[in-house]
Amino acid sequence: MSDASPDELMIAAAAAELAGVRTVFVGIGLPNASANLARHSVAADLELIYESGVVGARPSRLPDSIGDPALVSGAAATMSMRDLFGGFLQGGRIEVGMLGAAQIDRWGNLNTTVIGPYERPTVRLPGSGGACEIALNARRVIVVMNQSTRSFVDRVDFVTSPGHHRPDGSGRRPAWAGAGPTAVVTQLGVYHFGMAGEMELAGLHPGVDESTVDAGTGWPMRRAESVAHLPEPSADTLAAIRRLVG
Amino acid sequence: MSSKVSSLREAVAANLHDGDTLAIEGFTHLISFAAAHEVIRQGRRDLTLTRLTPDLVYDQMVAAGCASKLVFSWIGNPGVGSLHAIRRAIEEGSLEVEEYSHHGMVARYAAGASRLPFFPLRSYDGSDLAKVNPLIRRVASPYDGEEVAVVPPLNPDLAIIHAQRADADGNVQAWGIVGVQREAALAARRVIAVVEELVDASVIRDDPDRTLLPGTVVDAVCVEPFGAHPSFAQGYYDRDNAFYRDWDAISREPARLAAWLDEWVIGLDGRAAYVDRFGSAAMEALRPEPRPSGTVDYGRYR
Repeated sequence: MSDASPDELMIAAAAAELAGVRTVFVGIGLPNASANLARHSVAADLELIYESGVVGARPSRLPDSIGDPALVSGAAATMSMRDLFGGFLQGGRIEVGMLGAAQIDRWGNLNTTVIGPYERPTVRLPGSGGACEIALNARRVIVVMNQSTRSFVDRVDFVTSPGHHRPDGSGRRPAWAGAGPTAVVTQLGVYHFGMAGEMELAGLHPGVDESTVDAGTGWPMRRAESVAHLPEPSADTLAAIRRLVG
Repeated sequence: MSSKVSSLREAVAANLHDGDTLAIEGFTHLISFAAAHEVIRQGRRDLTLTRLTPDLVYDQMVAAGCASKLVFSWIGNPGVGSLHAIRRAIEEGSLEVEEYSHHGMVARYAAGASRLPFFPLRSYDGSDLAKVNPLIRRVASPYDGEEVAVVPPLNPDLAIIHAQRADADGNVQAWGIVGVQREAALAARRVIAVVEELVDASVIRDDPDRTLLPGTVVDAVCVEPFGAHPSFAQGYYDRDNAFYRDWDAISREPARLAAWLDEWVIGLDGRAAYVDRFGSAAMEALRPEPRPSGTVDYGRYR
C-alpha cells in the first residue's frame, strides 16, 4: 500500500510528464509543485513562467499566489503581460501549459467558468484568466485535476479552454494552434489522447484499478494500447515533494 | 513645471465622476487599495470597473455600492476562493458583467492606448466565451483571408496605478510585476499615480529605463506609503496573504462586510489612519530583507 497521498501521487506523475521540457506556463497549487519537482529531477533546465509575467522564477518559498513577490526576486526576467501573452505565449515560445479545471470532457475541453447555465449559474467559477489562450497557444497542455463523475463529464457546462474537438465531437483545432491537451493527471491515474483526440486511460496509480476509473468517469473511458501501473514514488521523490509543499 | 503632487482626496475628487469607467490596475502587485477606499469615501456611484482580476479591491467597491458594471477576465480571491460581494451582486442582478480572457483584456487596453478600432489575437477559437460576449468577434485578414479573433478598444475615463516612486513632475517608476499598468494608463483619459515615496528628479533621471510612465501622461501624483496593502509593493512590503485569507469570511456575510467598511474605510480619513489602525509594527513586519541589485552605469557623455 502506498504511503503517498493522492496529491503526492499527482505531483509525482505530473512532474514525470515534464521530462526534458524547457519552458512551462504554471499556476499555483499542484502544477506549481509538479513543475518545481520536475526542475529538481527530470527537467533540470526547466524555466517556470507565470501568468503575472515572471520568467524563470526561483521562488525561495512556495508561492501563495501567482503574484507572489518571492517569484520575482531571483527570477530571470519580468515582463509586461502584453509581451508575455503576445510575444511569448502567442509567439509559440511556451512548450507546455499546465492547467486545472472544474470539468473536463473526453476531448479535453476544460470548464473554469460556470456550473449550470451561464446566465443563471449554480456555481460561478473564476473564468478563463489566461487559460483559453494557454490551451490554444502552448505547444501542448498538461491538465492536473481531481477526478469524479462530477468533473469527468460527458458534456462540460461551458467550454472555457478548448480541447481537440467541440463537445459534440465536431470541428478541429485551428492550424496555428498547439497540439492541445496531451496528458491529464488525476488522483486515479494518467490519461493520454488517442489519434482521434479522445482521452484514454494510460496509467493507474498504485492501488487503483480500472473499475475505479470507470466509476469516476462520466463517459465510457477508452484504454490506451497498454495501461501502465505507475510506480510508487521513491522515498527521495516523496521527501522532495514534502520539502516543496512544506 | 508645476508640481503634480496632490492629496489623494483632491486627485480623486477632480478626476472621477459618477458614471465613469475606472481602471485600478496592477496584476496582484501594486493594487491601489488607498485610492479605492478614497473612491468609496467620496460615494461615487454607477461606475464601470475594469480590471483583469477584480480582486479584493473591487469586491470592496462593489460591496460599497460604487459599481454598476464589471469588465474582467478572472474573478476570484487568488489562492483562496470566491469574491463573495461581487458574486452576490451578480446573482441579485445588480451588477452587469462583461467577460474576457487575460489576453483579451490586455489587447483591449492596447487597442485603447493606440487608438485602434480593434485588436487581433489568437484566442477564443472553440471557446464559449465568444458566445456569451458579443463584443468578441472575428475578422478576415486582408492579406490571406485567415480569420482572427478581435476585441474592441477600452479607454477608461480614469486609470489609477500604484508604483514604488515618482518625482514631482509625475515621472513614475515601478519594478517587479508590471502587468498591464502601462497599457491601462496610456489608454485612459486621465491618470492618477499613487506612490510609496516621492523622490528627487535626479533619482528618476539616473535610471530612466525603470520609468513606467513619464510625467506627460500623469495628471496627479499622490504619496501614500503602504497604499497597496494588502497587495504588495516589490522591495517595500510583502503581500499580506493572511488578510486575503481572512477576507473570505468577512465578505461572505454582508453585515460583517458593512461593518468592516465602516471601521476600515468610511470611518477613517485616509491611508495614514488605516496604517495607524492596522498598527505600524504589523505593517513593518511585512517588510522584506534587502536584496539590492547591482548598479547600472548609463555613462556621462561629453
